[in-house]
Amino acid sequence: MKYVDEFRNNEHVALLATAIKNAATRPWTIMEICGGQTHAIMKYGLDQLLPPGITLVHGPGCPVCVTPLVAINKAIAIASLSDVIFCTFGDMLRIPGSEKDLMTVKAEGGDVRTIYSPLEALELARQNPEKQVVFFAVGFETTIPTTAMAVYQAEKLDLKNFRLLVSHVRVPPAMEAILASPENRVQGFLAAGNVCVVMGYREYLPIAQRYRVPIIVTGFEPADILQGILLCVQQLEQGRFVVENQYGRAVKEQGNITAQEMVNRIFKIVTYSWRGLGEIEMSGFKLNPAYADFDAENYFATAHIKTKEHTGCQSGKVLQGILKPSECPSFGTLCTPEYPLGATMVSSEGACAAYFAYRRRQNEQSTISKSV
Amino acid sequence: MCLAIPGKILSISDQPDNYRSGDVNFSGVIRSVNLAYVPEARENDYVVVHAGFAISVLDQTEAHASLAAFDELKNTLDQIP
Amino acid sequence: MTLENDPACPLPINQYEKIVMAHGSGGRQMQQLIDTLLLTSFDNAVLNEKNDSAVFEIGNSRLAFTTDSYVVNPLFFPGGDIGKLAVCGTLNDLAMSGAHPLYISCGLIIEEGFPIESLQRIVKSMSYHAKNAGVEIVTGDTKVVEHGKGDGLYINTTGIGLLETPLKITPPMIQAGDVILINGDIGRHGIAIMAAREGFTLDSPLKSDCADVSGLVRLLISAGLEIHCMRDLTRGGLATSLVEISASANKHLEIYEQDIEVPDSVRGVCELLGLDPCYVANEGRFVVILPESQAAEAIDLMRSHPLGENTVLIGKIHAATSGMVTMKNRIGTNRIMELLSGAQLPRIC
Repeated sequence: MKYVDEFRNNEHVALLATAIKNAATRPWTIMEICGGQTHAIMKYGLDQLLPPGITLVHGPGCPVCVTPLVAINKAIAIASLSDVIFCTFGDMLRIPGSEKDLMTVKAEGGDVRTIYSPLEALELARQNPEKQVVFFAVGFETTIPTTAMAVYQAEKLDLKNFRLLVSHVRVPPAMEAILASPENRVQGFLAAGNVCVVMGYREYLPIAQRYRVPIIVTGFEPADILQGILLCVQQLEQGRFVVENQYGRAVKEQGNITAQEMVNRIFKIVTYSWRGLGEIEMSGFKLNPAYADFDAENYFATAHIKTKEHTGCQSGKVLQGILKPSECPSFGTLCTPEYPLGATMVSSEGACAAYFAYRRRQNEQSTISKSV
Repeated sequence: MCLAIPGKILSISDQPDNYRSGDVNFSGVIRSVNLAYVPEARENDYVVVHAGFAISVLDQTEAHASLAAFDELKNTLDQIP
Repeated sequence: MTLENDPACPLPINQYEKIVMAHGSGGRQMQQLIDTLLLTSFDNAVLNEKNDSAVFEIGNSRLAFTTDSYVVNPLFFPGGDIGKLAVCGTLNDLAMSGAHPLYISCGLIIEEGFPIESLQRIVKSMSYHAKNAGVEIVTGDTKVVEHGKGDGLYINTTGIGLLETPLKITPPMIQAGDVILINGDIGRHGIAIMAAREGFTLDSPLKSDCADVSGLVRLLISAGLEIHCMRDLTRGGLATSLVEISASANKHLEIYEQDIEVPDSVRGVCELLGLDPCYVANEGRFVVILPESQAAEAIDLMRSHPLGENTVLIGKIHAATSGMVTMKNRIGTNRIMELLSGAQLPRIC
């Protein structure tokens, strides 16, 4: 695949890994806040190529891990209604609410559909005027323009049966919340490349300055991520803290203005609660008053659904990089992939699940080498 | 966040701006993609696509520059004693 | 666990009260259902081997016995139809134990309103593929269910074959140092079905790899190679079959990404939807695990057969204390392959 394969080239990956080894003279802790980057790091085992001193922390970059429990419970409540077609991205299907997940709702007869684009939900609304079609609008700034367009088109079509259950979030406030925490260990960031395709990276400039952390806008292929780490390490070694754009083939400093305009037209920014991180100001989205009719929470009775996040699971601290999964008292004992306590162990990309697999491989290899 | 891959625009529909769409080829899979957010995109451009929408026209010059920079590392690393 | 009933705790559902789609997709939930309900209820030595076919002795003969039910949408797809699937799938299962397939049964559950013309096409297809393989469909059953209760057609086929080799072909026979061969590329069936169902346009149309590999297997058996294990790759793909084998064999299976062929359009669809080709269904591919010393001969033999032209070595077996599958990535790092929880879902994250 053009512009994909070239960034998975072995030789480049090896060169970058060596460059990182040569550049790092001290331990550094770097966080990526992007589910896609976390996925790539785990799939390609990129952490295996880094020198021991470089710690990668998997931040709150995936809706699977950060969508608040109350939003999932609301989704389940709505999806369970008989006149609803509930549309969701595949990522959300198995995330547990307080009692069940969307997959169970489907098993119980709910009409739950996995879609690839919000426009598919729109099309379902057009084809099924007798049903309420509700789209679970999760995702970061990359996805919000796609949801916004669906609402824009729905309004033009004067659709009366299309609703959004909104749970969109934005990255910079979460980054600040992590950096502002007195327990923060993160020294540098890889910023989510595709988020920056839409938003540009100007909003990261004051963050880098205020907290004195390098922020590298990074792509998703192995060479991208390694180069992002290299640039970050080089800045850390030199005591610099600026925003650099590694993903120049897709990201411009100002981002995608057309997309930003549509988002601003449809949504406004509000305070929102993230799973594990709690309430973060100006980090969530709500439909503007002109589009309030499309808000599922204005149509369905969901206000009574309140949920307390469980305090036993430590995934919030893990997502902030304050705690390593192996430092959690429940890790590997009460909490395993088979019987997980929280999202970071449920999700195959979750930091805790990743640690668990890594530890298993380590144990197996050390057992074999002992017996040889 | 977020899965987005580059594909090549084969054709663009003659539709008003927000409904502008095109057929994009991803390694042999051809999908209809909304091009509203890339008004500057033309046939044969590569676009980065997420959830059925093109969010950026891929800058091929930058892409080649990135790859050249990786190759350049060979020389830099060779010079390290 | 005290946390189980706490409504605030997002305790993920391991024990579903109702059957969900994941229970049929070849992943973790299906394994759990089989292990905790079916194996414990039926409990016997033959079943507990968890092979594709049950192998047992009657008199002086060793027989292989297998059953499979076929549920596919659409019923007609590029490269085949549900009838072809139903016959080839069962032939393949028998072949995986080294058996020579002899007889098949055919159970049809037909939905009221299903076009007879479609049924004719499917039955003709079954007849054709059975004859091609030299097997006879000797018994069957037909049921009709009310409209809305059947998805068109479900087929169950059960097969019996004769073991003409004294070899025990089963995961516990696998040795450290053995190698893993596969008879071609991966992902065609699952992606062909998905493309047909979702209406993807592919610039070079993809056909399912659905095929009867029993003839190819017979070549290997006749050559007297010391085959330790074979498994056909169906739901859950290459990775799932290898994880199951590793668990039964208590060995570490290591595969090499660069040697695993993935057709371009399979790759394209997988990249687009965030799917991993290693977990995509196949219907005409199988792995053979045998001593390294016999690999070259096996590869040559398999490549001489139309269904084995692209046979390649993809991995090696290491000693271990418990089952594990790792893949060495193209870039030289290692990844543990696990069972999926349910079917692979397209993702945007």
